[in-house]
Amino acid sequence: MDIFLQQIINGLVLGSIYALIALGYTMVYGVLGIINFAHGEVLMIGAMVSLSLLRLMLDLTSGLPTWLILLIVLPFTMAVCAGVSYAIERIAYRPLRNAPRLAPLISAIGMSILLQTIAMMIWSRNPMTYPQLLPSSPIDVWGSGATITGKEIVIIVVALMVMSGLLFLVEKTKLGRAMRATAENTQIAALMGVNPNRVISITFMLGGALAGLAGVMIASNYGNVHFYMGFIPGLKAFTAAVLGGIGNLQGAMLGGLLLGLIESLGAGYIGELTGGVFGSNYQDIFAFLVLILVLVFRPTGLLGEKVSDRA
Amino acid sequence: MLKVIAFNRLSQTAYLCLGLLALILLPWLVGFTGGNYWVRVLDFALLYIVLALGLNVVVGFAGLLDLGYIAFYALGAYSFALLASPHLPQQFESVAAVFPEGMHFSPWMVAVFSIILAALFGIILGLPTLQLRGDYLAIVTLGFGEIIRIFMNNLDRPLNLTNGPKGITAIDPIQFLGISFAKPLDLGFVQIPGLYLVFYLFLLLAIAVAIICTHLQNSRIGRAWVAIREDEIAAKAMGINTRNMKLLAFAIGASFAGVAGVLFSAFQGFVSPESFTLWESIVILAMVVLGGIGHIPGVILGAVVLAVFPEVLRAIVQPLQNVIFGHVLIDAEVIRQLIYGLALILIMLYRPGGIWQKSGTK
Amino acid sequence: MMNSKASKVIFIKSAIAIVTASVILAGCGKGGDRAAAIPADAVEVKIGHVAPLTGHIAHLGKDNENGARLAVEEINKSGLTIDGKKVVLTLVPEDDAEDPKTATQVAQKLVDAKVAGVVGHLNSGTSIPASKIYSDAGITQISPSATNPDYTKQGFKTTYRVVATDAQQGPALANYVVNTLKAKTVAIIDDSTQYGKGLADEFEKAVQAAGVKVVTREASHNKATDFKAILTKVKGSKPDVIMYGGMDATGGPLTKQAAELGIPAKVVGGDGMCTEKLSELAGDAVMNVTCSEAGMALSKMAQGADFQKRYKERFNLEVQNYAPFTYDAVYVLVDAMKRANSTDPAKILVVMPDTKLNGLVGNIAFDSKGDLKEGVITLYDFKTKKKTVLDVIKL
Repeated sequence: MDIFLQQIINGLVLGSIYALIALGYTMVYGVLGIINFAHGEVLMIGAMVSLSLLRLMLDLTSGLPTWLILLIVLPFTMAVCAGVSYAIERIAYRPLRNAPRLAPLISAIGMSILLQTIAMMIWSRNPMTYPQLLPSSPIDVWGSGATITGKEIVIIVVALMVMSGLLFLVEKTKLGRAMRATAENTQIAALMGVNPNRVISITFMLGGALAGLAGVMIASNYGNVHFYMGFIPGLKAFTAAVLGGIGNLQGAMLGGLLLGLIESLGAGYIGELTGGVFGSNYQDIFAFLVLILVLVFRPTGLLGEKVSDRA
Repeated sequence: MLKVIAFNRLSQTAYLCLGLLALILLPWLVGFTGGNYWVRVLDFALLYIVLALGLNVVVGFAGLLDLGYIAFYALGAYSFALLASPHLPQQFESVAAVFPEGMHFSPWMVAVFSIILAALFGIILGLPTLQLRGDYLAIVTLGFGEIIRIFMNNLDRPLNLTNGPKGITAIDPIQFLGISFAKPLDLGFVQIPGLYLVFYLFLLLAIAVAIICTHLQNSRIGRAWVAIREDEIAAKAMGINTRNMKLLAFAIGASFAGVAGVLFSAFQGFVSPESFTLWESIVILAMVVLGGIGHIPGVILGAVVLAVFPEVLRAIVQPLQNVIFGHVLIDAEVIRQLIYGLALILIMLYRPGGIWQKSGTK
Repeated sequence: MMNSKASKVIFIKSAIAIVTASVILAGCGKGGDRAAAIPADAVEVKIGHVAPLTGHIAHLGKDNENGARLAVEEINKSGLTIDGKKVVLTLVPEDDAEDPKTATQVAQKLVDAKVAGVVGHLNSGTSIPASKIYSDAGITQISPSATNPDYTKQGFKTTYRVVATDAQQGPALANYVVNTLKAKTVAIIDDSTQYGKGLADEFEKAVQAAGVKVVTREASHNKATDFKAILTKVKGSKPDVIMYGGMDATGGPLTKQAAELGIPAKVVGGDGMCTEKLSELAGDAVMNVTCSEAGMALSKMAQGADFQKRYKERFNLEVQNYAPFTYDAVYVLVDAMKRANSTDPAKILVVMPDTKLNGLVGNIAFDSKGDLKEGVITLYDFKTKKKTVLDVIKL
């Protein structure tokens, strides 16, 4: 039984991270109607930038508690990621707003490659170790035999806090209203006095900041970074957004957590379920299977949103 | 008037003959200046031409963005690897009993088989994705490509079918009428190295595929695809069976990749899942997009340039950096990726039709 | 129809133009490759070296390359004469990215470049596919670190290695687990590569023969970063010892995550994991690890300390793992050249079986398959968080 609880914990940690990234996809889809293919790379940039900043801080200071250093580095990292995301929109998407559908998608793929290459040049082609600044010794959970580490608790708690903050922003503030209006109908929103370009930029920046946070979390959790680290989490987070209902914030959060659980439990139990034919080495497939199944059988996702065909 | 027309006809035929002659002599020229390595590069470039033309059918003609195209290439390659190597007899005694002399299916038979197999998978991929919008289709096809690769990578337990990440070695070379393309062909007055024979074979395939694509483009099917690409609802209203046309596009595109995969497998003598990653799908997409999406000569140009260019880059860029800086600052691989990324963005922004676009494109 | 013919002609012409242009450029590029100046009266002999220079184990690949480079530079400095002609060695380093496909492409490149012999590759999973290409071309291949037994079982005359094999390493590890750790249950995880799975299989056979129960057998892959799902299963089966077949880039995070999950088991691994970098990758959990190397320990080599000093002076790096073995491999090739009195690969190949050289790693002589006659397995632990010799087993 403690394995089950352990897999649940593993799944929640993964899921929290996916949820943060999925929010970026879903917000952009809401206001622009496109999938930001380059979103995963923003995550990677976040991890890389934070690595450099951490190395710098660790060199300069010696007395500060490690979690404080992380806390100081985080806002800078998120700001940089917001900037990168803003740049992506201005360079790869805005000029192509009226182009045929394929164009922004291909441009985004190019952007994704470009960002990876820039990371390769600035940092390194090879994986780098990330400083362990959060406690990673196992803590027993209610004497059940399952364990969780300090850093995992931090990840889950921070993710929940940030998600609540975002929900508050979108539901209760003027900016949030503007975002929802733009997502509903851009032209009418413009007539109402909302500046759609500004809203779109802010949306990208918010999503970028969240991705940057997620990047730091992934790096802290696994202890290493490399230029390709954003791609697979990005893809899985996109699946999570679709699973929850793309364009729907709560959907992205739910989808993220669900996908994390599906992956963990799936990888843990697939061996037993299939009698040893498939093992945990098929872990990565779950996200793709979920994606295909959702799009074929329930394209609107769990919390429902139109996958409209904008001709 | 007649004289002018006759002269035009003559010069066109002359150009054609000259062109063909140049192509026939090409491996000799390249082999002389650059060595075997560069002839090998050309052979792969020809395979890429076939792949790019196949993807062009799906993306360029029918307007369906397929990011998992490489999966069909993988299917073809693994088909031949399994049917013409010692792997299966070594793993399974029951197979060794049926084939006491080992499995040595001819590449031509396997090519036909893989056309059918790839087309089938193309349809399987197409069926659930027909009503999906461009972006979603792209991601789903990407997922499909990755699923195939992960299966190839993991089907070594509990039964060792694909040998997993280790790949399958000792695959039979290409054979034609008893002549093995792995050894030089002795014609008495000249000895043709195996690599050059492969070049001619791949060249014939590339020309055949180009001709088929041209006919498709000018046929009713091709026009149906254009209609679907430009405005699907209007096409349906015109009575075009959009579902079948889309499936046909997937199937035909996939079958080209399947054949190319068989030849790739036989040529390289070794297959592993690493040859069929997402990056390869993107490279082929780049060839189509950069060359001239939907425009056959453009696609061929794109394939040749993008297949040969990284090698040229590698040969020039590193020694150049050594000369200027004393050591290599930026790896050739990194520069190659940089150029790919920039090129995709810039072309979409400033010349979306591609370098050599269809005349009449805005 | 006229139009398509015209466009076909145009494309044929332009394709040729581009290709020919690039070929000419390539020819120039090739010429520019001559970095070092070769004196006019000397003959240049190329020795290929292949290892992963990019990716997770780039640090190990570079370590191998540096060892070979040190040997080449020393030999050139002291001067080499073969068959009355002065010979200058050039190292041709190539990167196979720990990937079998790249390995075959790179092997082809070296064959086309007409090298006299190849030191490499680093991994078994790359050495084996590449060996077919070297065998077809008749070029001697000496691997400094490939331990999978199949490498020399293919019937090729060109495959040699200067390390022991997993058929010896697996049982040595099993012996330690059974007799020293006194384990009753083990969990085995491998990275699905030729090396990792091969070593895990050898270990499994030996440990089962000694009556120990294998409670879990799982597979990962060599680029994995998250082992929580697999390790949670392992945790549930409560093994005394976890054995991992794979490299340090994955073994390190695996060890760390096992500790994070509160798994009390000790971790044992093979030579792929047994590097200086493991302590950085595994953190404090590295103290749980015991690993083996398929060769003599650097500290126990007669000339070991001196080699370490020269290596550090030249590269400003610590020796990771197999640099002394690539160093010796180069010397074996050169020794063969001297005995054959030729730099022709075919003639070198003929005299390889009679090699008798006293290298850094010990006495080097080969059996009929190309394996070392006198292999050694060294066990290490990390109780002080640094790699320390535990035991030396002479075979």
